[in-house]
Amino acid sequence: MSTVTSEVLAIRTGDDVVRVRQGVRTAASKAGLSLVDQTKIITAASELARNTLDYGGGGTARIELVQEPMRRGVRIIFEDQGPGIPDVEQALSDGFTTGRGLGLGLGGSKRLCNEFRIETEAGKGTRVTIARWR
Amino acid sequence: MASKAVTALAGLLASREDKILAAWLSTLAGATADGRISRTEIETQARDFLRALRESMSGGDTSSTGSARLRDMLSSISRSRALLGFSPSETATFVFSLKLPLFEEIRAAHGSDGEALARDTWTLTELLDQLGLHTIEVFQKSREEIIQRQQDEISELSTPVVKLWNGILALPLIGTLDSARTQVVMENLLQSIVDNGAEIAIIDITGVPTVDTLVAQHLLKTVAAARLMGADCIVSGIRPQIAQTMVHLGVELNVVSKASLADAFALALTRIGRTVVPIRSGGSGQPRSTGAYPGALT
Ligand SMILES: Nc1ncnc2c1ncn2[C@@H]1O[C@H](COP(=O)(O)OP(=O)(O)OP(=O)(O)O)[C@@H](O)[C@H]1O
Ligand SMILES: [Mg+2]
Repeated sequence: MSTVTSEVLAIRTGDDVVRVRQGVRTAASKAGLSLVDQTKIITAASELARNTLDYGGGGTARIELVQEPMRRGVRIIFEDQGPGIPDVEQALSDGFTTGRGLGLGLGGSKRLCNEFRIETEAGKGTRVTIARWR
Repeated sequence: MASKAVTALAGLLASREDKILAAWLSTLAGATADGRISRTEIETQARDFLRALRESMSGGDTSSTGSARLRDMLSSISRSRALLGFSPSETATFVFSLKLPLFEEIRAAHGSDGEALARDTWTLTELLDQLGLHTIEVFQKSREEIIQRQQDEISELSTPVVKLWNGILALPLIGTLDSARTQVVMENLLQSIVDNGAEIAIIDITGVPTVDTLVAQHLLKTVAAARLMGADCIVSGIRPQIAQTMVHLGVELNVVSKASLADAFALALTRIGRTVVPIRSGGSGQPRSTGAYPGALT
């Protein structure tokens, strides 16, 4: 039997980023991820939640606990209605930032997850989907 | 709820309101004993509640859960009690203690009419029980909100800078690091470096659950600023899972790090030319030359 339990959290303030991390932590431990894998997905979620807040002007995080016959894990979908990312490849490259960050968040998150997808459109917004499987 | 009973109760409340209020207040008097809530406040709440109850009944409200106005009123009373540190039963007592004075009035009004007595008593019990439960539910929710807020505050805890030795400071960080508070904590450290003329600052992150790029950036900035003020930093307590994650993120701290605060302290002592030795043990008269902390010597 396969189930997906999900919860949607708003990302509007810095405190919401903390809440996203806590939600991901709960889901990841329920999914039975190892401590290292939990830390990886939580850290990636922290990066993307902050990007959603800082560059997307706020949005939502949908945290899914996936329990399917073939795989168990956590999937998180970040969505915003911000400006979008004009050049995804450039944004993914280490050190690129339009803010005052290290420019490592996007690329780093990709390396921390098993699945990573960016859908973005100029002026419409950005959706980033990540997953970590057991 | 039976409308006949509601009409009867509405009449009772209208004609005997003052007497009921006085009896109710005397049972509520205990609640003001420790001064958490003032007598006038309780009186106002009781009077307003009784009036709202009468109005909802004379308005023909026959729902057994009480009118929206009554429930709102109790919600706000409940929330304020939760903030004042009342227990759930102390809070619910406000509603439940109205039973006795009302029952007495019902009995007096009906005399030997057993059927009417049972009907009104039942109707009233049902209503007050529902309202009491509502009170507890709101109370519970308020407590949860308070706890959540406290947890948030604790997780954002600012951390004191501690002096471990002349010239050696430690900053044990606990909780999440991505708030304005981090800034304060880091500034505290830099100020303490100046005040103490410290040569070495140990930043211990054992209590930091997540190190992402923002946290890393804070650490990097602090290390750089400390260096400008003549102090070297040692970062300790990077747990294995955090170390792995940092490698994947691509974050490099470019700073000396040690597994534990103890190891970092030992290293700091050697850097300032100190070592820890066991105190003289019986008879030998000579301090042993090996450090209690072997790490301090290497
Ligand atoms: N949701 C988003 N909407 C619009 N632009 C974004 C979004 N997420 C990322 N970007 C763009 O991609 C760039 C790179 O993001 P990345 O997370 O890698 O680095 P950063 O956030 O600038 O710094 P760091 O994450 O290291 O603190 C950002 O500077 C920003 O221009
Ligand atoms: Mg980022």
